[in-house]
Amino acid sequence: MQIKLPFSRRREVTAETWTVCPSCESQIFNRQLERNLRVCPTCGHHFRMGIGQRIELLLDEGSFVEHDAGLESGDPLGFHDQKPYVDRLEAARIKTGLREAAVWGIGTIDGERVAIGLFDFHFMGGSMGSVVGEKLARCFEAALVERIPAIVVSASGGARMQEGTLSLLQLAKTTAPLVRLDAAGIPFISILTDPTTGGVLASFASLGDVILAEPKALIGFAGARVASGTVGEDLPEGFQSAESLLEHGFVDEIVPRAELRATLSRLLRLLPVAAVEDGWQTTAETRGWGPIGVLSGMAERLGTAVSETIGIEVEQPPADESGQAARRPREDES
Amino acid sequence: MSGIVLSAGPPSAEAIESAWRRVQLARHPQRPRTLDLVALIFDDFAELHGDRLFRDDPAIVGGPALLNGRPVMVIGHQKGKDTESNIFRNFGSPYPEGFRKAQRLMLVADKLGMPLVTFLDTAGAFPGPAAEERGQAEAIASSVKLMTGLQVPIVAVIIGEGGSGGALAIGVGDEVLALENATYSVISPEGCAAILWRAPEAAPTAAAAMRMTAADQLELGVIDGIIDEPGEGAHTDPVATATAVKEAIVGALGRITRLETEALLTTRYARLRGIGLVRETEVGSAQLPPEPSLRRRIGRLLRLPGVPRRPRWSEIWPSGEDADNSEEGA
Repeated sequence: MQIKLPFSRRREVTAETWTVCPSCESQIFNRQLERNLRVCPTCGHHFRMGIGQRIELLLDEGSFVEHDAGLESGDPLGFHDQKPYVDRLEAARIKTGLREAAVWGIGTIDGERVAIGLFDFHFMGGSMGSVVGEKLARCFEAALVERIPAIVVSASGGARMQEGTLSLLQLAKTTAPLVRLDAAGIPFISILTDPTTGGVLASFASLGDVILAEPKALIGFAGARVASGTVGEDLPEGFQSAESLLEHGFVDEIVPRAELRATLSRLLRLLPVAAVEDGWQTTAETRGWGPIGVLSGMAERLGTAVSETIGIEVEQPPADESGQAARRPREDES
Repeated sequence: MSGIVLSAGPPSAEAIESAWRRVQLARHPQRPRTLDLVALIFDDFAELHGDRLFRDDPAIVGGPALLNGRPVMVIGHQKGKDTESNIFRNFGSPYPEGFRKAQRLMLVADKLGMPLVTFLDTAGAFPGPAAEERGQAEAIASSVKLMTGLQVPIVAVIIGEGGSGGALAIGVGDEVLALENATYSVISPEGCAAILWRAPEAAPTAAAAMRMTAADQLELGVIDGIIDEPGEGAHTDPVATATAVKEAIVGALGRITRLETEALLTTRYARLRGIGLVRETEVGSAQLPPEPSLRRRIGRLLRLPGVPRRPRWSEIWPSGEDADNSEEGA
């Protein structure tokens, strides 16, 4: 095996100058594929995309700053299957130039600052172990502290088996900060790309205020191998596709890659971070339409009026009660 | 994360034998199940049914109960005892509606300020088209999210198999305990063997490699305590098992109900945030070098030698494009 050094990229120009589209079998020159955002020009098949390209696709040029770039996985279990886990990690680092399967940082989309986490499926199947979980948790916590929207672009086979239950618990570690984002009024947009399955889908990825998916992306809870092994029947085609999730109500919209940036930019304007000062009531008033917002806005105004006319004290909410403290967590669905 | 033993190679024959014996005890057909323990532990228990959305899932049971006269909410996976009851219970593997029933009961507990006690005993959430259509992943995710923010104390007890996301969905706790022969894993040993060893018969090896026994989980900091089982295992003496579980739950509740709600939630958050092994190296943040000066840009335009181009993120992280599915997660 030829060893490629992480920072000295230049793909070998051998037989790999063109790619066959797995969907329509047309031959695409690689340069053309890259220029077309890794989407087949003939049939629109979305090829998988690396983190670097995804950053260039979604964020303003030069705006991205990676945070916690130095976090590295250890080998908590001393895991050894056919290869030691540490060797698999090293191979993945050399192959992708990444230190781990996910990266997080802060950048701008049409000038709007966002905290963004991104997965690369090519690093051990985009699997989530301690470090990936830590990066996402820090991404959400940064969104909370800076009061900027959070975005995660998922591409993952799920929890990383080589770290055992420590990986499983990353589902809870990445989900817990979302409760705080809810209380603080900070939007979270989840983008599901091919493939998003297992533990990543069964945690933060399914909990976006808005969930977008790329066309035909494989999205599902149980990998086909696990499912057919347990269920013991042939599985219908496409039951784990983005389209199927849209039909059943688990995805808001399927967005072709070329429109993803514009869609995100629009959503960020439509779903702004709640104003800080008086919590959400003021915000609801300025934003206008929610029945509860209107009512509490009225109550506020009436409260003052009443106290003025009748001359009684109306209890005022404590001044320091910002979002962080104790609004009850609400569950999204059901 | 101290006390973790690093093995240099694949698990030893001894480790494999010992792990697999416990996996089989955790799956023992006569092992006391949630409803067996509930009947022995609580003074009264009223089972409630249904998720109010689709149907009642018999793989998860729950309802209010009295623990030494004090109301608590109980939720647990429920396996069957024989073929017939196992088919009815779907072998303890819940559909999304099971987790949504659990969430409904958690909200009642939250509303009435009742501590929550959960019993984990499942091979995993049920896979398959019907479960996917109804949002298995979303059901687990929102259940986990609800538990991380629930304003009442939670004790979770792994009584048999703690199978992956299906177990975690009712397994986020302020204290997580496990019976001595219970297991907790990110994927079933069979599933792990099929993916990483490409051989289902490697399941015992996978079980040892994943370190899924209660003792291992305690060492890894995933659980907080182990409840000893009588004799050769819980199935030999369900009454003694129930007594030990009850004592452990009462002890745990005694510790966590002392906390104010805010401290409870902060501690729960910190507990979850601390799980896993993360190495901080010196590199903090990273960004592209600044745009080169005008002179350099002109130099580049004229293709003068020695003028570097500003790199792009896609060059720093090229990623591969081979469709490599060999390393699935769980």
